[in-house]
Amino acid sequence: MTRSYPIIPLVSESSTSEALGYPGELVDDWQQIAIVRLGELVNGNRALAVFMDTCTRCGACADKCHFGIGTKDPRNMPVARQELLRSVWRRYHTFFGRHLPWLVGARDLDRAMLDDWYSYFHQCSECRRCAVFCPKGIDTTEVTMAGREILATVGLGQRYSQTIVEKAGRLGNNLGMKPAAIANVLENLEEDLADELDEHEWGGPVRLPLDDSSADVLLVVPSADFFAEPHVDGLLGLAKVLHAAGVRWTLSSEASEAANFGLFAGNTKHERELASRLVSAALALGTRRLVIGECGHAWRVAGARLAALMAQMPEHKGITLHDVLDAGRAEHVCELSHELLVSGRIALDATRNSGKVVSYHDSCNIARGAAMGQTVDGAFELPRALLRASVESFVEMPRGTTHRETYCCGGGGGMLADDLVNVRINGASPRAHALAEVVKSHQVTHLAAICAICKTQLSTVLPLAEVGFDLVKIDVVSLHALVGDALVPPHPGES
Amino acid sequence: MTMKVDTDPEGYLRERSNWTRALAEQMAAADDIELSEAHWEVIEFLQEYYTQYEIAPAIRILTKQIGKRFGKEKGNSRYLYELFPRGPAKQACRYAGLPKPTGCV
Repeated sequence: MTRSYPIIPLVSESSTSEALGYPGELVDDWQQIAIVRLGELVNGNRALAVFMDTCTRCGACADKCHFGIGTKDPRNMPVARQELLRSVWRRYHTFFGRHLPWLVGARDLDRAMLDDWYSYFHQCSECRRCAVFCPKGIDTTEVTMAGREILATVGLGQRYSQTIVEKAGRLGNNLGMKPAAIANVLENLEEDLADELDEHEWGGPVRLPLDDSSADVLLVVPSADFFAEPHVDGLLGLAKVLHAAGVRWTLSSEASEAANFGLFAGNTKHERELASRLVSAALALGTRRLVIGECGHAWRVAGARLAALMAQMPEHKGITLHDVLDAGRAEHVCELSHELLVSGRIALDATRNSGKVVSYHDSCNIARGAAMGQTVDGAFELPRALLRASVESFVEMPRGTTHRETYCCGGGGGMLADDLVNVRINGASPRAHALAEVVKSHQVTHLAAICAICKTQLSTVLPLAEVGFDLVKIDVVSLHALVGDALVPPHPGES
Repeated sequence: MTMKVDTDPEGYLRERSNWTRALAEQMAAADDIELSEAHWEVIEFLQEYYTQYEIAPAIRILTKQIGKRFGKEKGNSRYLYELFPRGPAKQACRYAGLPKPTGCV
């Protein structure tokens, strides 16, 4: 097992922290400031306030965290991670903690505690798996989000997440692609599609429109879909689906990022600013449907929190999502594709994916972050319905590792940093073992996902996983790449 | 004699203007790589693309353009990974003096 302790993620550059309104380095009076900020956050968040109080240390969460399982570090049990914040909360914000700290397990916020906060709040992908099993429903995400915000407030922001939040705020997407760069990518991709597809069968060139104000659908994808493999194939598959169905759609150079890292850094202001781009772009283009691409962090914010965030957007004062969007909410791309499939506007032929044995990784932020479709299980059923229609052989990984109990890929919530690769390998270990079982039993060849982070993380670390044999040949793929490959062209046979 | 340069904690130049060919060779040597003509083709393309678009090219564009310019046999990611085992996007960008592409990639 690859280990490297202690885990200390790189700290943000001074200039980045300052641009985000945080101190550029650890401030002298960090202890006092942290205690005050902790009080503000707990008092401003009822869930967090309850979580400071309700843990009975029953141990139900002890073996549920993928980082706990993978690192074998008892301090990565969710209860231990939460207790880092709770014990300090008790020490400074409760009567007994102030006067009889030894009696209630209250601990000082000293430098060693601050270092533990920095290390262990960044060994959590905020995936909520522990919360599924907690009898009290305690969500560690709320604890680590608050912890990270406090750390940033005293000058200890995490380099990876802060770099991204700053770039996305300034340039509109996590990678920092300017409109000309996005346009260049889309041009290149259209060229590739023209080379690959028969124009007669497809009824003209398959396009990837940008800033087209005549569109009915605004599609917002993670910027990784413009840049990385295997992500790009998902965007191409989607372009084919929308073309075949005759949907008038567009991408936006203003809202060129679906993911919202503001949430996971625990800063509501940044989260709101990033989310407001989606609303502004829909308004500017006059599109009445906002569709979110294959991105877990995006869907947790846009699917579950957009209306609430919008109510706090000064630039959209007085208007609601219903004023902007026909559905009154953002839609997930799986909802759209599924609707096109069941209404017969697209046809899928699984034999076109013949030979592929496919399993599906439920992304944590979709499984436990926001609903999909009209049913309780829509977030699990819609992607599977699309997969089953697209491939001949679909295999579920073992029970307890999928659906609501899915294991996070180990790269979410700001953990996808290169400097955290050792802990990422450990964090992916439960997923790798679950996958290894179906590779052995059913000779699975492909693992589909609908999140940019999952795709990067799994394609990077699965080849390094120690499961007794080599997972290097498993292709991590975008769901919509498989859908696109199965798609029957609008005019088959005409050439 | 090693040159001292201002890099970020991951070894990427903070100022692109500090880049020299000798510096790229030194960075590569530290990874046990001797830069060949084939490496330079990629590095120079990255720099040219960055000058125009202020970001490194997507992997797909990189492979396509390298293939177009220098021969079809070079237009695939396996070839680029042979040259830059830690990934053409990140490792080659570092030698080229460009910032690391950071995001969900």
